[in-house]
Amino acid sequence: MRNVVVVGASLAGVNAIEGLRERGFMGQITLVGAEHHLPYDRPPLSKEALTDGVEAGRLALRPAAWYEEQGVTLRLGEPARALDPATKRLWLDSGEQLDFDGLVVATGSSARRFAHRLCGDPARLCQLRTLDDAQRLRDQLEPGHRLVVLGAGFIGLEVAATARTLGLEVTVIDVATSPLARVLGEAGGWFSELHTAQGVDIRCGTSVDRIEPRSGGGVIVRSPGRDTLKADLFLESVGATPAVDWLIGSGLALQDGVVCGPDLRTSHPDIVAAGDVARWHNELFGESMRVEHWTNAVEQGRHAAGALLGERESYRSIPYFWTDQFAAKARFVGRADAADDIVVERGDDSAVILFGRDGRLRGALCINAPRRLARCRLAIRDGMSWADAASDLATCA
Amino acid sequence: MAIIVKFDPSKCQGYANCLIEAPEIWDFDEDNDVALLIQDVVPDSLRVKAEASARGCPAHAITVENQSDA
Ligand SMILES: Cc1cc2nc3c(=O)[nH]c(=O)nc-3n(C[C@H](O)[C@H](O)[C@H](O)COP(=O)(O)OP(=O)(O)OC[C@H]3O[C@@H](n4cnc5c(N)ncnc54)[C@H](O)[C@@H]3O)c2cc1C
Ligand code: SF4
Repeated sequence: MRNVVVVGASLAGVNAIEGLRERGFMGQITLVGAEHHLPYDRPPLSKEALTDGVEAGRLALRPAAWYEEQGVTLRLGEPARALDPATKRLWLDSGEQLDFDGLVVATGSSARRFAHRLCGDPARLCQLRTLDDAQRLRDQLEPGHRLVVLGAGFIGLEVAATARTLGLEVTVIDVATSPLARVLGEAGGWFSELHTAQGVDIRCGTSVDRIEPRSGGGVIVRSPGRDTLKADLFLESVGATPAVDWLIGSGLALQDGVVCGPDLRTSHPDIVAAGDVARWHNELFGESMRVEHWTNAVEQGRHAAGALLGERESYRSIPYFWTDQFAAKARFVGRADAADDIVVERGDDSAVILFGRDGRLRGALCINAPRRLARCRLAIRDGMSWADAASDLATCA
Repeated sequence: MAIIVKFDPSKCQGYANCLIEAPEIWDFDEDNDVALLIQDVVPDSLRVKAEASARGCPAHAITVENQSDA
């Protein structure tokens, strides 16, 4: 293998490059990215970057000189448009053709859109996935203004908390009965209380059916059965979808992401995938999953590099995620969904929520309790029984 | 060969990723929300974990070096 192309210039792509060079790969590496910026970190975009400033330099994953040191040819601002795995070629939007011996697919995910269909002037609605999105949002965060956030997921709640801290009036709307319900079930109520106590108006169990442009700027938001809201700013934050449009018709197996085996190789042996875009079989949980978390993109990027160079180990991992909202530092390890068994233990400003299924501990959300988090991770790895986990929780309370 | 873990507490943002990756090397000060390095000279057997904690730190507060280069 002499020539590797990495598509997607972000966290997974950069770590794949690092993984290739650390393993002694001396060949050519080309990094293709749709955005103009050098790869940058996304988690701050919903947190400190909205207060301290969205500055490409400060958010950069690696200094500009790093790419040169690593011998990486950068093709930024040039989305890949199509792939032919059989002849090992891909095409950029400009029509230019790139040949490769090995390919890393690391195109991540894009913000899902829903509300733009409900609005006569969709340009007034914000979303948050990229640095440019964050810049645009930050420019409009004026104290005293009203922000309406559609979607009480992690990113929506983080922006709500940041905006509230900056002195905006904030309303969060979600169809589910509590925030983060898809993952946390009822336990999401903890976040509802946190936000309500800080003066955020949380409206669960409702949606938006019309968004009308207002003459002085902003929009009017209509929800069925609820009072109408005048919003200076509207953020749509209804989740993400894997960025696979450019692979449709290529013959690469796709199913809510790029389908990979346990070692992160795709349906084509010289093509691997990593990060938000990769759906792989995680042997540790015995299930196929796609994980949209920072740490996963770092570790999968490095693992995929090994797979491309012929290593055949499985990527087995316990997903890990953090979110900061007001003073709450919530960290989540493992897997959870609303259908799991749940036990909740609350302290004054901390909480530990355990998720179990089929008699085993699968996931844990620890709020302001980092040590407990580390214990839970070990317990999940070691396959602790649900009964032991629940009683362990009771004894260390 | 042992390895040396270097930690810059002023960069630490309390994510606890390090503790998750290598509980043998890290502890956590829950009151001040900052990581605590409990072992800065680490045996080679913990190399993989030490390196995972360094790259898992979103704040780039951790570096790992070979003892001989130090
Ligand atoms: C606002 C925000 C806050 C977050 N906060 C947290 C957090 O607190 N904790 C946490 O664990 N995770 C968080 N995440 C998630 C984390 O940032 C992602 O999991 C991580 O960025 C995934 O990295 P990736 O490299 O797989 O994909 P991405 O970062 O999505 O990057 C993919 C790149 O590929 C490019 N691309 C797409 N299509 C093409 C194409 N056809 N050709 C070329 N390039 C293409 C995109 O432009 C993008 O630059 C957050 C995400 C966001 C958006
Ligand atoms: S991972 Fe980094 S930021 Fe997080 S606690 Fe450890 S040292 Fe601090």
